[in-house]
Amino acid sequence: MTPTLIGRWQTRIALLATIGVVWTVLITPLLPGNGAALIDTYRLTLLALVINAVVGAVVWDPIYHGLQQFRYEKDWPSLFALLTGINEGVTTWFVLRRFGTVPTSSFVVLFASTWLLIWLVVVGPIRVVLLRRRFRGGRVIGA
Amino acid sequence: MIDTRTPRIPGQPTGDLTPELLSTSVWSDEDVARAGIPVIDMPFVTIGGGMGSFVMVDLLRIAGVPASNIRALSNIDHPWQTYEYLTRCSQIPRGERIRSDSSGCPDNIWAFPSYAVREAWADKTVAPLASVVLEPVFTDYWTPRAGQVFNALGREATRIKYPEMLARGQVRLLRRRRDGGYFTILTPPAGESTTKRVAYRSWYVHLAVGYPGLQFLPDLQHYRERYNDATHVVNAYEPHEHVYEALKRHPGTVLVRGGGIVASRVLQRLMEDRVNNGARTHIHHLFRTYVSGTHGDSKIGRRKGSGGFAYSGFNWPKAAWGGQLKEQFERLEGDERAALYRKLGGAHTPHRKLWQQQKARATNEGWYQTYQGVVTSVTPGSRSGITTAVRPEQGSPYALDADFIIDCTGLEGDIREHRVLADLLDHSGAGRNPLGKLDVERTFEVRGTTNGFGRVYASGAATLGGYYAGVDTFLGLQYAALTITDDLAAQGFCRRIGIGRSTAQWWRWVRNRPVD
Repeated sequence: MTPTLIGRWQTRIALLATIGVVWTVLITPLLPGNGAALIDTYRLTLLALVINAVVGAVVWDPIYHGLQQFRYEKDWPSLFALLTGINEGVTTWFVLRRFGTVPTSSFVVLFASTWLLIWLVVVGPIRVVLLRRRFRGGRVIGA
Repeated sequence: MIDTRTPRIPGQPTGDLTPELLSTSVWSDEDVARAGIPVIDMPFVTIGGGMGSFVMVDLLRIAGVPASNIRALSNIDHPWQTYEYLTRCSQIPRGERIRSDSSGCPDNIWAFPSYAVREAWADKTVAPLASVVLEPVFTDYWTPRAGQVFNALGREATRIKYPEMLARGQVRLLRRRRDGGYFTILTPPAGESTTKRVAYRSWYVHLAVGYPGLQFLPDLQHYRERYNDATHVVNAYEPHEHVYEALKRHPGTVLVRGGGIVASRVLQRLMEDRVNNGARTHIHHLFRTYVSGTHGDSKIGRRKGSGGFAYSGFNWPKAAWGGQLKEQFERLEGDERAALYRKLGGAHTPHRKLWQQQKARATNEGWYQTYQGVVTSVTPGSRSGITTAVRPEQGSPYALDADFIIDCTGLEGDIREHRVLADLLDHSGAGRNPLGKLDVERTFEVRGTTNGFGRVYASGAATLGGYYAGVDTFLGLQYAALTITDDLAAQGFCRRIGIGRSTAQWWRWVRNRPVD
């Protein structure tokens, strides 16, 4: 993928809002819990999506875009897109903890599975639905 | 049946182009009728019938255009025929890998499943999948075998009913029609028509004619003509198997000229013949521009290199197909755009581990040597062979003797060498872009040729230098085809391929079901 900054933002928000939400809604009841009420857990897991979107768009995407400028291909290898789940997971966790208690194991399962699922969609199937996206730097609008 | 052998009586229809037609830029229906040329109404024609035409037709069919509204006018039978011929000559037979990304799938506009995924599935191995995840950081770029691409194209051609849309023959020219649209003149194969020419009357014409022919370095062209020797001086894009055969029979010296993918493939063939097949070949490799390390403008990004070659995974940095660089090209006009092309240009080849190892071994064993310089003359050697006089940037002039010279510098670029394009420039308002090739808009419409509701579009090698760099690539041809299809949809000729149509058509592709 050879994203532009706007493409990164649009992809992040679009996929978190669709696949992210659906997956989170499905798996939240199954997470190893701490005995909290389901509605409170939902509050936190959905908030994690929002936090990841905001922190990612404001902090991480510009950093990735900057690093990309050093590459000859001006691309962002699939491997990077997968591994950045680690740094984003850490920052999302730290911010999320200010809003409530988060059992680490639950968070890891939630974040890792969501990140992997979205990555698997972006490296292939997304092209079926958004035909023009790969020619538009990852932009979703107009694809 | 019109007898074309009888002397022409002025006014009598001959079924051929008349001097009046040739000298008139805009034709009326009566002009064509008066010449006796039968007219076939066809809303969309594509000229060429190669990879560019196929991809265009594929998109249109997916966008809902019936096969009866499209004709591909071509002198080849299969869309990949010329491409296969050129790759085979330049030492990429079906079993070898081409230089093209896993997601450049001319048979599948979604590139899902990509070629790597399909190869992994077919060969029951994860290696291709691991490769495309780890590239280019931990491994060289994965590319498909030529044969995989051709087989996939065959399947898709059948699925979209391409054979029904093929009209064989040689396109002579196309001209604007007085009441809008265009006439495209086709010369059918001998015996297939009662008249020498046939005219297709259409609203939309698409040109994807590829390269007009082989390009020779001027000094080698001069040698071939002067000494009537096309055996010892060959172009890598013409059949030249006799060179490798001769080198296997007797020890010999070869001079390779060029620094791109073709040179590296020819080199690999020569090296493998020496190592595996007993040839005792000595290779001289002459570079006009010798790249020995990382080079380039730090703003654009620096490109690696060694041993004379510059390295680039593909024809352009990846972002040129659909990222930052694509947007940059799209914004620039005239000289600025030409400057960006020049910055990113120059010959280059992909870094491939096996080939690097072969070269290192050949260099160490002393039978592969590289040189830098500009050629000042090519003459027959004093006893035998050919002597090439070279003037280097540094040091004194020297000479290289060889039994064979292989020119790996590419295909003919001048668009006037192609009759249809030259005529378009002369009669239909077309012009040249900042790199001297056919000037097209961002929509790939040929600038200056609009005629009423009619449009002429062009894609492929003839349009290099426009707002999109990757024109002479599979993915680039698909981008052009998709952009043209979107432009046609805006004019009402076809449906826009939105989320619903894209998904539904993809599902048909998966099940190998017809488009409609």
